[in-house]
Amino acid sequence: MRLAFFGGVYNNYLALEAAINDAHARGVERLYCLGDLGAFGPHPDRVFPFIFENNIECIQGNYDHSIGNDLDDCHCGYTDPRDNHFAQISYNYTLKNTSEKNRRWMRGLPTEIRFEFDGVRFLLCHGSPRKTNEFLWESTTSTHFLEKLAKDYEADVILGTHTGIHWKRQLKQGGFFANVGVLGRPENDGSINVWYTFIRTGQDANDSTLDVEFIPIEYDHQRLITEMHDEGLPQEFSETIATGFWTTCLEVLPGKERRGGQY
Amino acid sequence: MNSLARSNNIPSIGLSSLDELWFQVAGTRCNLECTHCFISCSPHNNSFGFLSYAEIEKTLEESIEWGVKEYYFTGGEPFLNPELTSILELTLTYGPATVLTNGTVLKSESLKKLRTAEDQCPYSLEFRVSIDGPTPEINDPIRGERTFERALQGVELLIEHGFLPIITMTQTWDDSQNETILKQFRQVLQDHGYTRPRLKILPRLQIGAEQQRTAGYGDFDRVTLEMLAGVDESQFICNHSRIVTDKGVYVCPILIDSPDAYLGDSLSAATTEFPMKHGACFTCFQYGAICTNPSTKAIE
Repeated sequence: MRLAFFGGVYNNYLALEAAINDAHARGVERLYCLGDLGAFGPHPDRVFPFIFENNIECIQGNYDHSIGNDLDDCHCGYTDPRDNHFAQISYNYTLKNTSEKNRRWMRGLPTEIRFEFDGVRFLLCHGSPRKTNEFLWESTTSTHFLEKLAKDYEADVILGTHTGIHWKRQLKQGGFFANVGVLGRPENDGSINVWYTFIRTGQDANDSTLDVEFIPIEYDHQRLITEMHDEGLPQEFSETIATGFWTTCLEVLPGKERRGGQY
Repeated sequence: MNSLARSNNIPSIGLSSLDELWFQVAGTRCNLECTHCFISCSPHNNSFGFLSYAEIEKTLEESIEWGVKEYYFTGGEPFLNPELTSILELTLTYGPATVLTNGTVLKSESLKKLRTAEDQCPYSLEFRVSIDGPTPEINDPIRGERTFERALQGVELLIEHGFLPIITMTQTWDDSQNETILKQFRQVLQDHGYTRPRLKILPRLQIGAEQQRTAGYGDFDRVTLEMLAGVDESQFICNHSRIVTDKGVYVCPILIDSPDAYLGDSLSAATTEFPMKHGACFTCFQYGAICTNPSTKAIE
């Protein structure tokens, strides 16, 4: 089986389209999105046709829950006032520009998806299986913590997103955790591409059970920057798209992940 | 409300998971004697002693089955423990580590080893350096003469070794000054070569030395059952943490001087729920899990 997993789209419909095309070129059979369709970028409603037309199964991220239920903020879990300031600008814009029909659809999304292919039990979530907005960073998550999650939640493979940076960890007894990355913005490493995750199971895998591959995606980021500017979104956001470095939401980054950035 | 009625209205918090395991690695021994210290640490306070490498290794092994996500080291001043560097090197083979230091006794030789250990593992080693304000005039009366200057030298040393320390300030000023203080401190740190400072303001805990410096909690500074209605219990660290000391396992790093905070002699004996009857629990209620790093918080 060939499976594609997209993380936070953050209104970046241009990257979503590029990732879908890439996944189809690789012979994908099923596509999933792990939540946070909105935020950050321009024109929220342009994301949904790609989701519906490609039968992408979606999880409800914290952003989708907030937008879907007309809440006051994104419940992203930031604690720094500057981070919350920018998060609020992005949230207000996305709430205002997402249609009632799409908001209603997000309201009904599940918070986890489970399935089994080729004997591998998958559990898809947004932050962690136990909490939608839990940050699981590579540098602050022990292996035995993930192994306990896999055991408690009876899964072989757990996939999440939420932090914005992809990573993976092999667990004992064939278990696996991966943060699938996000399509919405680059990863604070100075590269302008975004990432998604392609998984092969069974006979499609190079080894006997599971192949997990992170795929870099180039897209028309200049067009995204122009549209962000035209929509009056903060220059700090388009700087991230242009440079690959995060300018906001920095306080929640652990030391190791922050060291790779510029700010 | 009389004491009997209040005792009937005290919520208890259970341990839902052991996400963060703390070590009182230097006991209550510190080279400083801060006037606001909630456990009154000093060069002469031997209420709690050092934890040894062997004791910590045993607990790290025990922590695996609990699925502990992160490890925290505090004191006293952790770097007074001569085994601390080896202890942190060992811990990084198990998971992420954070050490809370006053920054005045850091040594280049140790930081060099720790940076190598961090580079060789997937985990972060975080340093939280306590400096209680952006000037010696605010900091030194609380933490001691020349401690501002010495702690900043420690910060410079951490930066030289590629770490990005989190500077924590205990707030001894009015809320309205927070923004000015943060701005001023960012500038001071920039001037000392820390171009992207991570700053955190912490509330005062009105116990220990702080109780003498200002005042203790009032009778009504308590958490009640009504206050907890609809509150996410994970904002309290007693919901997902425990602390190991040389005298056994306690509920949280703040309350180790309270006899009722002792829960048992091992992790498995320390899972009982805890009644939030202390004034410090009220501060935790007001400010959330103040002891945990921002990268770990997830409050809904």
